[in-house]
Amino acid sequence: MNLGDDLYKEIILDNYKAKKYRRRMDDADISREGANPSCGDDIELFVRLNGDRIEEVTYDGAGCSICLASANMLCTALTGRTLGEARALFDQVRSMLTDADVPDFPEYASDLEAMQGVKAFPVRVKCAMLAWSTLKQVVDEHGAAVG
Amino acid sequence: MPSARTLPLNVSELRTEFPVLSRAMRGKRLAYLDSGATSLKPHSVLEAERAYYEQLSANIHRGVYEFSERATILYDEARTKAAGLINAAAAREVIFTRGTTESINLVGYSWGRKFLKPGDEILTSEFEHHSNIVVWQEVAKATGAVLRFFPLLPHAEGLDTEQLEAAFSERTRLVAITGMSNVTGYKPPIGRIAELAHERGAVVLVDGAQMACHEPVDVQALDIDFLAFSAHKMCGPTGIGVLYGRESLLEAMDPFLYGGDMIERVWKDRSTYAQLPEKFEAGTPHIAGAIGFGAACDFVQDVGLENVAAHERELLEYCVARAEARDDITIYGGTNTEDRGGIFSFNFADVHAHDVGMILDSHGVAVRAGFHCAQPLMRVLGVAGTTRASFYMYTDRSDIDALFDGLDAVRKIFL
Repeated sequence: MNLGDDLYKEIILDNYKAKKYRRRMDDADISREGANPSCGDDIELFVRLNGDRIEEVTYDGAGCSICLASANMLCTALTGRTLGEARALFDQVRSMLTDADVPDFPEYASDLEAMQGVKAFPVRVKCAMLAWSTLKQVVDEHGAAVG
Repeated sequence: MPSARTLPLNVSELRTEFPVLSRAMRGKRLAYLDSGATSLKPHSVLEAERAYYEQLSANIHRGVYEFSERATILYDEARTKAAGLINAAAAREVIFTRGTTESINLVGYSWGRKFLKPGDEILTSEFEHHSNIVVWQEVAKATGAVLRFFPLLPHAEGLDTEQLEAAFSERTRLVAITGMSNVTGYKPPIGRIAELAHERGAVVLVDGAQMACHEPVDVQALDIDFLAFSAHKMCGPTGIGVLYGRESLLEAMDPFLYGGDMIERVWKDRSTYAQLPEKFEAGTPHIAGAIGFGAACDFVQDVGLENVAAHERELLEYCVARAEARDDITIYGGTNTEDRGGIFSFNFADVHAHDVGMILDSHGVAVRAGFHCAQPLMRVLGVAGTTRASFYMYTDRSDIDALFDGLDAVRKIFL
């Protein structure tokens, strides 16, 4: 194994292949599209809220394994969490990928550490960030309204 | 058909001319398969640029001293070499630009916006790089001209040559067409297209970014009006390229950029402009780049562009045969290697092109992944992107073997 192969850790590949949360949601309260025009990643997030709690979050779209695995991991981590928790997790994921910060994820989100290796490949950081950046827009717009 | 002068290239000897090829990438032997994006540079080109900066450094034209005069001579010689490369009738038909994109923009601004009228038609194709579509969309917007497209064969295996003529109308004023697709390597029948265009009084611009570097091009024999190409895809420096234009057209056009060097006389309220080619070269040009480009013209002509074309053809046949022997590769542009340059675009099973590219990278294989500045063609192909391996004179079979070894690694990880 080497650096490149190593990036594709089992957790990332499992999330990419599992597609547990990869589906459109008909009764979503919010849907939001996000795209990376330079590489063609194109996803849509669907969120169903109960007050400020995310009851269900799913995604659909096309993208590379890093992008889609990251979206699947986001859904796994945030199902049942509040918008405030989602926002805090976004900050941690971003600083893990763009600064040198060592993440300190809560137990329910510890799988996200598998994405740390992406940092070594700057062109792929935006793939890993796409679902999270899209989520941040949702939180920014709806966090205040329900909060 | 390779000409009688075609010789097998001594690739292993040629490779020693390119310093980057002696470097490892990700700790592996570098298999550079991205020459469609930019070619590697040989010692002679690097030396020519360095010698200018080290020994002269002076600006060209009006310097009244030896070093400036010497720099001017080298700059002019580069233009003569570029004109010779494409058999232009005169060196003044060669305008130095920053590259293919700027060359096409120059024609868009100085010819398109001046001469196109509402309802006039610009004929192009879905094979084009964005630089040969977006410019014309903007010209159409500004002038009221209309963009039309040549019909394609199924699966984008080429232009539908039976419908070439039908694509023209009485209003066709410009054909803007690639000499070779940067996605599939397909080479449209430029000579025939120019014939049809000229029968109707239309002007022909060829995007030669992928063409001029891979095969001999003769603008007079092809009878084309404009040819745009870049030095950096043919062993030369980045930041310099050529617009070839038929003299009568260049004369009729207005300048593109205004300022120093392109004027004849300047008063407070008006100016007159220089003759060709200075009319289109405002400001201090990329002198070192032009001199390096001149060295690149010498280099590719020494190697022989017919030899390069034959070598790439042989590599493409080898590559396609290896791909066809597997069940996990979709080839774009067809498997016919006629009318094709050394470009191999594919997808690997249902794995995203960026994942393929990234694993290949970790094996020392440099490819390009994505839509290759050709989104309209991606739509025709029905894909978000492809992985592209592209060849040049220094590419050898071990590079292609490394590609397929890398794909075995992709298979292990993803399938």
